[in-house]
Order: sequence, then C-alpha cells, then structure tokens
Amino acid sequence: MTGTTTDRAVGTPLPRLDGHAKVTGTAPYAYEQRPDDAHPLHAHPVLATVARGRVRAVRTDDAAAAEGVVAVLTHRNAGPLPDLDGARDGELAVLQSDAVAFRGQCVAVVVAGTPETARHAASLVRVEYDEEPHDTELRADSPSLYAPEQVNPTFATDTDEGDVDAALAAAAVTVDRTYRTPMEHNAPMEPHTAVAVWEPRTDGADAEGTDAEGAKGTEGVRLTLYASTQGAHTVRTTLAPLFGLRPEQVRVVAPHVGGGFGSKGMPHAHDVLAVLCARAVPGRAVKLALTRQQTFPLAGHRTPTIQRLRLGADADGRLTAIAHEVVEHTSTVKEFAEQTAVGTRLMYAAPHRRTRHRLAALDVPVPSWMRAPGEAPGLFALEAAMDELAAAVGLDPVELRLRNDPPVDPESGKPWSGRHLAECLREGARRFGRPGGGAAPGSRVEDGEWVGTGVAASTYPYYAFPGSEALVRYDGGGRWTVRIGAADLGTGSRTALTQIAADALRQPVDAVTVELGDTELPSATVAGGSSGTASWGSAVVAAADAFRAEHGHDPAPGTRASAGTPEDPDAERYARHSFGAQFAEVRVDVDTGEVRVPRMLGVFSVGRVVNPRTARSQFVGGMTMGLSMALHEEGVLDHRTGHTVNHDLTGYHVAAHADVCDVEAVWLDEVDPHVNAMGARGIGEIGIVGAAAAVVNAVHDATGIRVRELPVTPDKLLG
Amino acid sequence: MDARITLRVDGEERSPTVDTRTTLLDALRDRLGVMSPKKGCDHGQCGACTVLVGGRRVLGCLALAVAHDGAEVVTARGLGALPDGGDGNSGGGLNGNSRNGDGDGERQGPSDDGLHPVQRAFLDHDGLQCGYCTPGQVCSAVGMLAEAAAGHPSHVTDDLTRTGPAVLDDTEIRERMSGNLCRCGAYVNILAAVREQAAVREQAAPARGEAIP
Repeated sequence: MTGTTTDRAVGTPLPRLDGHAKVTGTAPYAYEQRPDDAHPLHAHPVLATVARGRVRAVRTDDAAAAEGVVAVLTHRNAGPLPDLDGARDGELAVLQSDAVAFRGQCVAVVVAGTPETARHAASLVRVEYDEEPHDTELRADSPSLYAPEQVNPTFATDTDEGDVDAALAAAAVTVDRTYRTPMEHNAPMEPHTAVAVWEPRTDGADAEGTDAEGAKGTEGVRLTLYASTQGAHTVRTTLAPLFGLRPEQVRVVAPHVGGGFGSKGMPHAHDVLAVLCARAVPGRAVKLALTRQQTFPLAGHRTPTIQRLRLGADADGRLTAIAHEVVEHTSTVKEFAEQTAVGTRLMYAAPHRRTRHRLAALDVPVPSWMRAPGEAPGLFALEAAMDELAAAVGLDPVELRLRNDPPVDPESGKPWSGRHLAECLREGARRFGRPGGGAAPGSRVEDGEWVGTGVAASTYPYYAFPGSEALVRYDGGGRWTVRIGAADLGTGSRTALTQIAADALRQPVDAVTVELGDTELPSATVAGGSSGTASWGSAVVAAADAFRAEHGHDPAPGTRASAGTPEDPDAERYARHSFGAQFAEVRVDVDTGEVRVPRMLGVFSVGRVVNPRTARSQFVGGMTMGLSMALHEEGVLDHRTGHTVNHDLTGYHVAAHADVCDVEAVWLDEVDPHVNAMGARGIGEIGIVGAAAAVVNAVHDATGIRVRELPVTPDKLLG
Repeated sequence: MDARITLRVDGEERSPTVDTRTTLLDALRDRLGVMSPKKGCDHGQCGACTVLVGGRRVLGCLALAVAHDGAEVVTARGLGALPDGGDGNSGGGLNGNSRNGDGDGERQGPSDDGLHPVQRAFLDHDGLQCGYCTPGQVCSAVGMLAEAAAGHPSHVTDDLTRTGPAVLDDTEIRERMSGNLCRCGAYVNILAAVREQAAVREQAAPARGEAIP
C-alpha cells in the first residue's frame, strides 16, 4: 500500500478520452491499420467440414490459378512452426498436420490481391477427408469424463470438507437439482482480425525469411502484427517462439479493440494463420479478417455445462451442506477447464461442502474465456438453487442469503478484504422492492402477462497480475506521457489509467497522455479477469512514485522513470472478492411465452470506482449480457456433423436494443484498503454474474415454472 | 470483372475501380480506405456498417458498390458536416445531464468539435464502449430520426393512419434502433442519447417544418 493517489481525478466521471475518435469511426482497429499501404494482400481461410478425421487430399490448383491469387497454403506447404518454447498449444498448431480435430478447424488459406478474389479462390479449394467417428455431445454420464489437473486459471479441481452425503441425509430441507447452460459465444462486434507483415532480414542472405527448418533464417526478421487482442504482450510472448523469433523481433499493435469479452485474451488460430501467410509473402502486409461465421469455431466459446446442485439446510434456512458438481466439455487439441463451481466455494457458509469439475474432451472447437468464466454459468446454477431452497424453506430469498452470509472466507478461513453482499442485497431490495412480493408464484397477471421479480447474488474474485511495467516521462511544458502496453477493448482503461496517472503525478488529467496497446511500450499483462485497472494502475502509480523519488518536483523535460507492479503483501492475508446483488422484473406473455424484462437493478461492491461513468457502462453492459444469456444465447451444435448451425448474429441472437429495457447499476461507496493503491477490485465481469439467475428466478415468480436450462425460450414456458 | 464507379463520400468525390462483387462497405473500406463504417457480420445482421446514402440509412454490407454509382454517401466520419450537425448551431446546449452526472463537462471539448449533435449526445451519455458498433449506431440514429420526422411507422407503431412526425417514445426508439447490435451492452445509454436528440428535434420541428437531415 503506497496510498499515493489523491481523490482529484479518480472518482470523477471523466468522459471517454477516445470517444471522439469512436463516434466518428476514426479510431483504428486491427484490420484498419497501415492505411498508407495501398496494396495489402488479403487472406481467406478454408475451414474443415468434418468434425474428425484426416485430410486425405487438398486440391489447390483451381484456387492457385485464379487471377490475383498469390499463395495457397495447406498443411503440406505452410511450413513448420518451430515452437521454440515447446508449449505445444494444439490450438495454435495451424496447418501443421493432416489431422482434423473439430469442424471449423483451418485446413487451408488463400492469399490474394483483393478480399473478393481471396474468398472466391478459397471456395475453389477442394478438400477430401478420411472421416472418423466423432462425438460432440456433452452428457453427464459420458464414460470419458475425467478430472483435469486444475481448473482455470489455477484453482483446485475438487474440494471437499466435512461429510456432504451425511449432512444432506440429515438436512431438514434439501434441494437436488441439475441445471444446464448451453455453448455460448463471445461475439464481440469486431470480428477477429489481424494484419501481419513479415519483413525479411535486410542483409541479402536468406531473403526468403524461412526455409524448411523454419527456425533457420529467422535471424534479422521483423514481424509486425496488428492484432485484435486484449493483450499485445501476451500475443508476442506466445507467437514469437512459435515462429522461431525472439520477442524483440516481434511487434504487436492493438490501440483499439472492438470488444473481446475474453475471446481476444489469448492468440487464436487466426493470428497464427495471418503470420503463416505473411511469412509466405515476405515484405507484404497480409490482412486476415475472419468472417462472423468463422469466428464461431475459431475464436473460443464458453463450454456448455451440466451442473448438479445439492443444498441441505435446517428448518430456518441455514445451510448445512453445499455440493456443486459440474460436467463440461473441452477440445481434444487443447484443454480448457472452466472453473464453474469455484464461485460456490466462497458464497455461503456451510460445514459440509463439495465441488467437482469433470471434463469430456470432445471433437469440438477449443473453448476459452468468456466474460466471467466460471462465475457466470456457476452462479446461475447456485443462485437458481438458492431460490429453490428459499421456496422450500418458505423464506424470503434475500433473507435466505443474509442468513448464510459467511463472516470469513469459508474455504480459506481468511478474513474478507471487504465482503458487502448483505449491504448490496439490502440496498437493492430497498430500491427495487422485495423480490417475490409475497404472492404465490404464477398468481400475478397484468394485461395478459405473468409478472414476477427475482433476485440473485453475484461475486467475482479480485485478480491483479504481476509483471506489468509503466514508464512516466515529463515531456516539458506541463505535459506528461505514461506508457504501458495495456489494452482498452471498450472498458475505458485508457481513460481510467489517465485519471490514476494524473492523481499519482498530482497533475490535472489534461496534462497526461496515456499510450497503450503496443509491445513497443512497457510490458503489460492481459486485460482479463477484471484485472486491468488493478494490475496496470498499480504499475502506473509505482512509476509516478518512482519518478518523484528520482526527479523531485521540478523535473527537466525528457526525464523519465519506470516501475513495475509492486508487491502485494495482502494477497496471502485476505480473501479478496467483489460482490453484488442482481434484481430483475419479468413479464411473460401468457399466450406466447415471450419473456420481457422491463427492469433490472444491480448493486455492486467492487472497492473504489475509478470512473463512475465508464464503470456504470461496464456494469450495465455485463448485466445486459447476462440478460442475453438468460433469454437468448445458445450455440446449437448439430451432433451429426459437429457444426454450430446457428453461427451468425441472427441464428445466435444476442440481446438487441428492443430486448433491453431499464437496466440500472449502482455501487457501494467504498475503498478496499487491502488490494492496491487505488483501492479498486475490478468491474469488468461481475455485471454478468448472477444476472441470468435473477431473470430465471423472476420467471419462476411470474409463472411458477422453474426453468433449469438456459436460455429461457418460450417453449420451456408453454410445454 | 472490374468497374469504375464514382461515389461522393463525406463530401469528397472518389472514383474507385471495384470488382463487381464488391459491396459498398468493402469499396469504402478496402478500396477507398474509409474505415469509419465497420464490418461486424457482412450479412446485414449487426448494423455496424450503417451509412447514409442520399440521407437514408443503408447497410453497406448488403449494398453492391456498382449499384450505387453516383451516390452521396455519408459515414460517421462525415456526419459532422451535415447541415444540421457539426457546428453546434443546431440543438445547442446538448451537454445534457446524463444519468452519469457528468457535471461540468470537463474535457468535453468545445461545441465546434466537428461532431453531429447525435454524436455529441452519444459522448455525453456514454453510449459506447468498444466503439466498433458506434459509427453504425450514430448513422442509424441520424437516419432514424429523419424517418420518424417524415412520419415513417415502425413495427411497434400502434396507429398506422396517423400523419405527421412519428412520436418517439422509448419503445419506438428501441425498436427503430434494433438493427444495430451492441455487444458491450450500451443500449441504455444509446437510448438516452437518442431520446435527448429526439426531444431536441421535436422542439425544433415546427420551425423547421421539414425532415432532417
């Protein structure tokens, strides 16, 4: 704790600093980079049309002969990936073998002079497969279920405390229900794109830049990748060794990112593909934009889940046992084990507790991070089960949660750095009205609609990653520049970091320019886990402190200082989590089963809010995505083909404007003294957590029907 | 097959040679380097590519460039130069109170910031996050306000016999803006921005007596 920030800029609703560029469309996203390059090449991928098997033959003659085509790459000629650090990331082993591990895997790519030519030529590539039997269907009784070594990012796979079975058998009241969530897709508005330039060594030797050995000939190469990423340095760290390059040979640029929600948190196949193409045409810029359809198999998704929740309680609703057992899928080429039950470990006190995660490695695309991985699907199930328990006990759902609010972290026994769930619930109930309303479920009908309200709790852990570095420079003339390779994917981090820097430097925000989104800047950790402000902001404050310590209050122009994310001694002392309470009112058409949500309220406890304007937008945005999760989102895999059949924005509906009514977010006025110099715990993900449960609980209150399988489509209410 | 066409883009005459398969969106982005309209889906499902053609909102990804030879195209980049935008003379005092309570307008820039009032309203109400859908949203809002002023009904308009400008309540605005997806979930703030602009125009309409823009 340096405590060096003052309250001048932090806490004020500074308008988004890149707002002008964004409302005019002049903020450059990845595909829009290199505007002066009059003739970039365009790449169009060819995706596998079988779910499992081998590529027997790829006929590229017609494609290669098409006018304007520069290259057609397949696993036979794309060249090796040296993979110097031996990470063997199966998702990134693009065009490295004839094996097809999921439908939609990249099997070829065409590089041509225009996007139209590339796309047309891609349609001329003929791929023949030796198909093998596949399995894409997640089943709770799948014989192939296994326990991963850990779940994302480093949590224990299973936890056990006490004797859950005995406690459940002895409990006065029990709930034993299974909840399901479907495959969900991040679907940021900016599809995943990359522009890659592989500039060969300039001394004339080995100008091809690569050869059959791949690693040879990369000396002197410069790779520039304009990426759509939540972490420029992460992309560099991952891709450089894959292509036999040292990190300093690679520059990744990403000043503006059109949303990511986790899907741009790590490089995916398209990034590798763009670089493979660029390596094949050294010196030329290659633009690769996945089509919206191609993003579905290639840019990550949230695993479907099957979650069994067992709760045992005494007659007063005090929990005696909590068991949360999760089945989810992963791919065969790369394991991603979503931490679905982890939130349950800390939400409520009970002497007997169990969590389980089991995976089935299926012939499916590679799952990955999607906003609040773990907590978003996990708290849906837990909080729906809590609602069922409240009904079984005959308790008000808010009161049930208050009775089970643990004084210390039930898992670690550590004190909370600040657990204010009870305040969130009480404040929300005061503002919104007591959910449930006291009338029997299904008894309130107005204008041909069932009306009901629901509540759910929310939580998200505090993450701050070590390893970020910030540089502070005094430019002269009262102006300062702060450099850190952070990302702003719409979160407002550019604005928030400017506020943090201004206070740390004791300067007005107008005096400070923050530069981010480039590996030429000091290294920064990924924008994930709601960690950005904490991780980067801490480094910025440390750099400002270092600057003052080194250069005093009257620095010469050009003076600079750097510092990294400081030590975090409270990490081991406290359980640090944000909490929230979500409320929803629903109206369900009695005849059609259509669910409308006229109002939602979220009350959050997140430590200090750096910028109430952008923070509110993030909360509301998360809640809106939670509403979308509750009512709309479902990736439909055709298990006969392994194909996500609704792979566009009509088939995979995300909440549109008409779906969203009054969504309000407020937060407690607090500072967490045990996290970082800002006292802020991060806000990017908690808004989605619990939102779907609040809606589903409201649907039960309205209709008397418990929907345990998302999304709540009309067929589930009219059956 | 290639064809040479002429487009007037944000007030500037351009004559790209395009593949006849080229969409208006790709002509703007890949041939002319006008990156303001965005490609989100290429199928008319998301609205990120919305531009104004002859004052009407059009999905650039569903329009063939060769079918718009000679068209007047306005993107979000050029919105501020429209007759009712940009100079801050119409609908002044647009730094209305958003629910963010952005009090003193610090760092909001002067009124002659080159923005259309609708763009200004998006900034004032934080009607954006990642910004990728935003150029389409603002073009769509400008086009939608004109449609409403011209009396076009929407799917949720009850009285289809009514003449004169459409009344833009929240339900109407939400419906009319539903062709523009925002995955960041800025709808609540977009609504506030458009609602404010609808009110400004409603007040100005009798004097103006004609559709905007």
